[in-house]
Amino acid sequence: MADITPPDDEGLSAPHVLEYAYKRSLGPVLGRFFTGLRDGKIEGIRTRSGRVLVPPSEYDPESGESTDEDFVEVGPGGTVKSWAWVGQPRKNHPLDHPFAFALIELDGADTALMHVVDTGSEAAMSTGMRVSPRWAAEPVGCIQDIAAFVPEDSA
Amino acid sequence: MRDVAIVSYAQTPYVRSERHRNEVEMLMPIIDEVVTKSGITRQDIGFTCSGSTDYLAGQCFSFVMAVDAVGAWPPIKESHVEMDGAWALYEAWIKIQCGEVDSALIFSFGRSSMGETAETLTLQTDPYTMAPLGPDAISMAALQARSGLDAGLYSERDLAEVAARNRRNALTNPEAQLAGEFDVDALLEAPYRVSPLRDHDCPPVTDGAAAMVIATADVARNASSKPVWIRGIDHRLDCHQLGSRDLTRSPSTELAGQKAGVGTGKIDIAELHAPFTHQEIILKNALGLDDDVRINPSGGALAANPMMSAGLARIGEASRQIAGGAAERAVAHATSGPCLQQNLVCVLEG
Repeated sequence: MADITPPDDEGLSAPHVLEYAYKRSLGPVLGRFFTGLRDGKIEGIRTRSGRVLVPPSEYDPESGESTDEDFVEVGPGGTVKSWAWVGQPRKNHPLDHPFAFALIELDGADTALMHVVDTGSEAAMSTGMRVSPRWAAEPVGCIQDIAAFVPEDSA
Repeated sequence: MRDVAIVSYAQTPYVRSERHRNEVEMLMPIIDEVVTKSGITRQDIGFTCSGSTDYLAGQCFSFVMAVDAVGAWPPIKESHVEMDGAWALYEAWIKIQCGEVDSALIFSFGRSSMGETAETLTLQTDPYTMAPLGPDAISMAALQARSGLDAGLYSERDLAEVAARNRRNALTNPEAQLAGEFDVDALLEAPYRVSPLRDHDCPPVTDGAAAMVIATADVARNASSKPVWIRGIDHRLDCHQLGSRDLTRSPSTELAGQKAGVGTGKIDIAELHAPFTHQEIILKNALGLDDDVRINPSGGALAANPMMSAGLARIGEASRQIAGGAAERAVAHATSGPCLQQNLVCVLEG
């Protein structure tokens, strides 16, 4: 095969946006979870082995069994299990100033919810810290109805 | 089980941005190379399977165009996985085990440079509870990295040493993208990218492709002077919710490693698909590798991380080590999904 030396320029480029503009039904479990968020409460689901999953799912990831729609209200407070400090937010991040992504185990849950924590500074973050939700001004039934978690004593 | 061997492997040079060749043009030279080296004619290769993703190309059914690089006339048996090429290898291996074909061509490709890779990878998270929050690949890896730091499994210095070793190894790999001598103390003085990860803990953004031919024993022995045998291959999956997993371990790698037979003999080298430094330590533990196992002589994914090919490249690089006489028995690993969610383990022998 001939060895073709590319020209020494930037080549042609053009913007291209890929999107899937359709809506889906959430089903019985996530539908109830997001309706709950709209109403200011967080619900997990109890597996047949007794563990409470938050966010809830229609099946137990450990056994594959159905979760039987056994809902349990959890939180609203919780404990940070791990966190990552984002000093320079990207355009699709929910906050436009530095924040943390965090895994938050809500009181009464056995798994952690991934969400964001708004402390203003990395120095205010720590594993094991207590947080609680700051709710969106106009909840609509989506994960961003929790605008962010904040340190419990400041909520 | 039918004995199956890797008879040839090739990859493009791995670069930050491939601006002048499209996917077909990237693939044609390496497909030509692996078919020629295999000694099997193109018409006699029984099956073709590729791995790629529409999310990099920004176009649906983008893999169909890549068939142009193979030549599809007269008609061929062809398949595709929306996964790393390591899983295309797995499908081809199954096809041979089923007795349907005796040889297969596998290839994979991707140009990460056309988008913002860390944000593209957000789209593989749960579309209801996670993706709307925009967790990028680096932030999710950082959540996992801190879990291990908090648990005392490793220190930030250990992570910097992983980065320095991989990029030093890459000095002998002419196709690697990011190679060099790095001083660990200097690395640790750099600011965090997404705390607790620094730039050196993260993979480069890489464009590239890889191709491989495999065949049954009869075909391989006729075709290759040094076939590399696939002695075990298995892949397993962990839950998609990060908060349901123990991120300090990789149970799916542990299970895949057991099923593939990693522990049944001495391992000389390991090629581990660890895009982030802490993940190499998690994988080493999950596979039960001793300290004398040489890890990533190629430089691994920290030296070049071509999306959709970095896993197949680990298997290809391990096969090169055996074919070249530098190792007798190797383990190669491929991963997919955030924080090592899905893992494939392959045991190779000379």
